[in-house]
Amino acid sequence: MSMWAARDHHRFEAAGRPFVYLAPSAAVFALDDPADRILASLRHGPATTQELAGRLSDQMTGDAVEQTLSELARVQAVSKLAPVPIELPPAAGGTRPKVIPLAQFPLSTMVLNVTNQCNLSCTYCYEYGEDKIVDTQNGRKPKFMSEETARQSVEFMLRESRSNPVAHLTFFGGETLLNFPVLRKTIDYARRRAAELGKQVDFSLTTNATLLKPEIIEFLAEEQVGVTISIDGPREVQDKFRVFHNGSGSYDVVEPKIRELLARHRSRPIGARVTLTSAGMDVRRIFNHLRHEIGFWEVGFAPVTTAANREHAISNDGYDLMLEKFRDLADEFLALSLENRHHGFSNVKETLAEIHRGMSKAFPCGAGLGLLGVATDGDVALCHRFAGSDAHRFGTVHDGIDTAARQAFLESHHIDNKTDCHTCWARPLCAGGCYHEAHVRYGETSHPNLHYCEWIRGWTDTCLRIYGELSERNPAYLRQFDDQPAEAERVS
Amino acid sequence: MKHLTPINQKAARIERETTAPDDVVGLQRTPVPQQPHFPLGCSLVFSPGWEADRTGGTAGLCQPVERDLFDCHIGCYWPAHVPDQLNHAPSWTSSCAAAQKDWRKIDLVFP
Repeated sequence: MSMWAARDHHRFEAAGRPFVYLAPSAAVFALDDPADRILASLRHGPATTQELAGRLSDQMTGDAVEQTLSELARVQAVSKLAPVPIELPPAAGGTRPKVIPLAQFPLSTMVLNVTNQCNLSCTYCYEYGEDKIVDTQNGRKPKFMSEETARQSVEFMLRESRSNPVAHLTFFGGETLLNFPVLRKTIDYARRRAAELGKQVDFSLTTNATLLKPEIIEFLAEEQVGVTISIDGPREVQDKFRVFHNGSGSYDVVEPKIRELLARHRSRPIGARVTLTSAGMDVRRIFNHLRHEIGFWEVGFAPVTTAANREHAISNDGYDLMLEKFRDLADEFLALSLENRHHGFSNVKETLAEIHRGMSKAFPCGAGLGLLGVATDGDVALCHRFAGSDAHRFGTVHDGIDTAARQAFLESHHIDNKTDCHTCWARPLCAGGCYHEAHVRYGETSHPNLHYCEWIRGWTDTCLRIYGELSERNPAYLRQFDDQPAEAERVS
Repeated sequence: MKHLTPINQKAARIERETTAPDDVVGLQRTPVPQQPHFPLGCSLVFSPGWEADRTGGTAGLCQPVERDLFDCHIGCYWPAHVPDQLNHAPSWTSSCAAAQKDWRKIDLVFP
């Protein structure tokens, strides 16, 4: 008699009823009582249909057990443990084929590092701090991208975007606005060239806001450039790490400039991007300050990327605390979303969109797929965080993408290679986590980020519960994620 | 479906894609799910020994030594020289999720 076994799944409750999230399909189903009981029973170990019917005889008929099992099997929540012929590996390679995108994959987002210089000296910075990858001190890489390289990058982007009608161009640094002259000319050039080719380019940038001034703000508003501001919160939080070279805090410099930007630049929603460290976890207070007192449209949080032994590194307890604070803010998000009101906690909204579509990732992010970074000298890299690192170079904007290097990277970073992830139910959304985080923590981009597994599962569970609540109590809210056009990948 | 309600887009797609048409049932084949794998070749898990595998096949006969070790270690009791996973090498096989694919990752352990 063959046994039934539960496959990887996560049960959660929302609006008073049970749901299940399935891995690796990333499907969300609501369960009725028999389905919930059968799955619960199989969580303790495999069982035959008869055993299940026996265990549940006071709750349902044998027919109901069989019918429910067949539905659970149909969506692959359970499967039979029948002895099957051993699958011999295919002749070449020796493993079952991975799904790897075609070599000619269109580029959707190019992140242009227009400078690697910065007028701040944030203690935790991955570009400048103790964990930096790229050595900018020896002068091998130019400090600023030249107009010529930027133009070549635009040509590269338009060429590599292939049949996509829209290409996203994100300016990044260092401090992006230190190279405003090139940025401005690049936007003009890209608009002109895209128009000639019948395409569109969508522009965005990330800045620390210290160099914003009326002419720049006017330009960004006029050109509809999406702006993300790196800011950590109220004065005492911001000034702890986000300091000038002389050590003085940057809050008093950036605050009036940001207010000016928010007042003038109304063509795109402007977001704040917060780095969380061991020193400050008051998520609610940071959020309220940035969202309500300053007026950002949305606020996103990310834990600092750093080696584990740094003082600002987040410990295991720190991740627990962060999860608690995130949950608190997520509850507020849910309350407002039930009334169709905007909240602005962008971490939740991004995850909800992924859950809604049922995204199941073979790779943690778009780096090396639809997203590539470009260093100041025109080297193409895995993403902006690796721009300028020789070990993560995929060609140059002049010569094009090194397809073989990119394919080799994708081949070796596929979720199938991350054995630790194979039994985790959160793998469809996490896929092992950020390459750069892994590189800094473990010295290799292919390593799964095991230091934040509990946090990822906890946070995914929170977002699933919010999704479940919304699906029951305000399903209209979720319609906004239907057929949502692909946006530029958020970079930080 | 009566007991499961698809909630997200992927679930709806799965329901749509797995709706079997009523005719030509005999020609349909459900995909074979991935099974937990016990390596070949131990008499205690009912296999005829080293000459043939439990399906009667002979294709996998010439086995690498690592696989022999792993087989004795997990499929049955055999006083093989395998690391003591209870005390000294608890994570010896942690990088080996599926032996047929990952056996190269099982390394030697020196006391």
